[in-house]
Amino acid sequence: MMPSIQSAYHKLLASWHTLTGCKFFWPAFMAAGLAFCIAVNAYDFLDLYLQLILIYVGINIILTVSLNLINGYMGEFSVGHAGFMAVGAYIASLLTVHAFPAGAQNFLFPFAILAGGIGAALVGFLVAIPSFKTRGDYLAIVTLAFCMIVKSVLENIDAVGGPRGLLGMEKLTTLPWVFFWTALSVWVIRNLVYSNFGRGVLSIREDEIASDLMSVNTRQVKIIAFVVSSFFAGIAGGLFAHALQFINPRMFDILKSTDVLIMVYLGGIASISGSIIGAVLYTVLLEILRPLGVWRMVLMPLMLVLLMIFRPRGIMGMKEARLFTPLRDLATEKLWRQKKKEATDAAS
Amino acid sequence: MPLLEISKLTHRFAGLRAVSDFNFVIEPHELVGVIGPNGAGKTTVFNLMTGVYRASTGSIKLEGQELVGLTPHQITRLGIARTFQNIRLFKELSVLDNVRIAHYGQIAYTPAEALLHIGRFRAEEKRITGQALDLLAIFKLDESANEKAKNLPYGLQRRLEIARALATEPRLLLLDEPAAGMNPNEIIQLMEFIRWIRQTFSVTIILIEHQMRLVMGICERLVVLDFGATIATGLPAEIRANAKVMEAYLGEEVAS
Repeated sequence: MMPSIQSAYHKLLASWHTLTGCKFFWPAFMAAGLAFCIAVNAYDFLDLYLQLILIYVGINIILTVSLNLINGYMGEFSVGHAGFMAVGAYIASLLTVHAFPAGAQNFLFPFAILAGGIGAALVGFLVAIPSFKTRGDYLAIVTLAFCMIVKSVLENIDAVGGPRGLLGMEKLTTLPWVFFWTALSVWVIRNLVYSNFGRGVLSIREDEIASDLMSVNTRQVKIIAFVVSSFFAGIAGGLFAHALQFINPRMFDILKSTDVLIMVYLGGIASISGSIIGAVLYTVLLEILRPLGVWRMVLMPLMLVLLMIFRPRGIMGMKEARLFTPLRDLATEKLWRQKKKEATDAAS
Repeated sequence: MPLLEISKLTHRFAGLRAVSDFNFVIEPHELVGVIGPNGAGKTTVFNLMTGVYRASTGSIKLEGQELVGLTPHQITRLGIARTFQNIRLFKELSVLDNVRIAHYGQIAYTPAEALLHIGRFRAEEKRITGQALDLLAIFKLDESANEKAKNLPYGLQRRLEIARALATEPRLLLLDEPAAGMNPNEIIQLMEFIRWIRQTFSVTIILIEHQMRLVMGICERLVVLDFGATIATGLPAEIRANAKVMEAYLGEEVAS
């Protein structure tokens, strides 16, 4: 009985690998996903609450994947992600509320989001500079300070509403847009990780001095990692602001960063598939547990503690699903397997 | 013109002189050993040459180009590569990635091309992957290409470290105690291996070593350091007969 189940499983796995190994798998999947999102948005056949949860899932995936670049792949400990998110949220909101004409909001929305991302990326560039000199706990303090600075600055500028916050945004964050930006962020960060710049990011985590001595320009790599990571945090911020239609500085304090940190470590460091699983699981579980009221915030952390005891590196820590490995890398793996097989055949 | 010319190099750690007035010249294709007791400043000299430390005074010139003040990756790109006394591989990464990272200075694509996987990206990745696999094949490491570096046995880790250093396409290779932890048999193999590397990759080699058998066997010239000062230079046979060297290694009374 057992062997037949096993062989069935292997067959299933093999056909799954053939399917995902196909060149057209991802484009087809993306087209289907986007079509689904557009249909949902147009005909409202999912109820609005469910749509909102899907929107939050998307935003959280963007935040988690981008923070994983710094905390997982580069091995630093940044707690400033909410700060970058705030920059993106405020820039995008100011543009849609004050700068863009009322009639063209839908058309100009992606540019507002993009501007938020670029603004956050510029700030990310500044935060990368202290990372040249400090690492680990010390860099964590720098990013914590950065997060607090952003919050206090926003609280003291009356033009953006001060502590009361900013409102008047239209509900421009729709499911198709969230799908688009989520797919883009996952794709771009995966591309970065599977390039020599991404390998540079990984080598900094492993041994920064050895990395520098192996011709890696560690400063350049750190700037790239911080700029890309904060760019997508800014994108997520803009989407968040236009989903909630209201923002204030307190939403982007250290607790928001902590949420993202939990999703990163829950899903597992240095793994894109892990980040997606972490973000989906955390967001959905929090919603499912909502009927428990106050006990939700007891049960959820308890589950995290148990996870960390039984899987200390998170669900997918340091592992990657084949689905997210570029076909080119799989091709080198295949080549290597073939060579190895030839070598063993020749030996025997 | 000499390949490397070090003159009046001095380095202090908070008052302690780790290296003082170090002068050294190496011609292309030489194989020179740097020896000395523990704490003599041998590794510090390597760290100064590769830019890990910035020399307090003095100059290091690679084919006339001043290296003092440059960062490690700039120096590596100019053609100096090294291995480490205690192996410093990227442990969690695959053997192949360890070597591909060392091609960082040679890639022609920009970060933007890498983010979108467009332009020169594909061709360049193919090129460096091919080169890395070829290099691994030369070092008989290609079968472990997808293994994590930390899972290799000790001897192969040492070999991978040398392969990784050679991937940066150096003219000068610095080996920091390559024989550490090896038995006499392995040391004889290592001697052959180092000679072979010099031939195959036509590199100049400087070797730090404790194992007298190794340095005496393959080095054409030796430099002896003690307490940061150069106490002797010359052919292996001359060094063996040098009273000062015996004193530094064995103590004054035994030597006399």
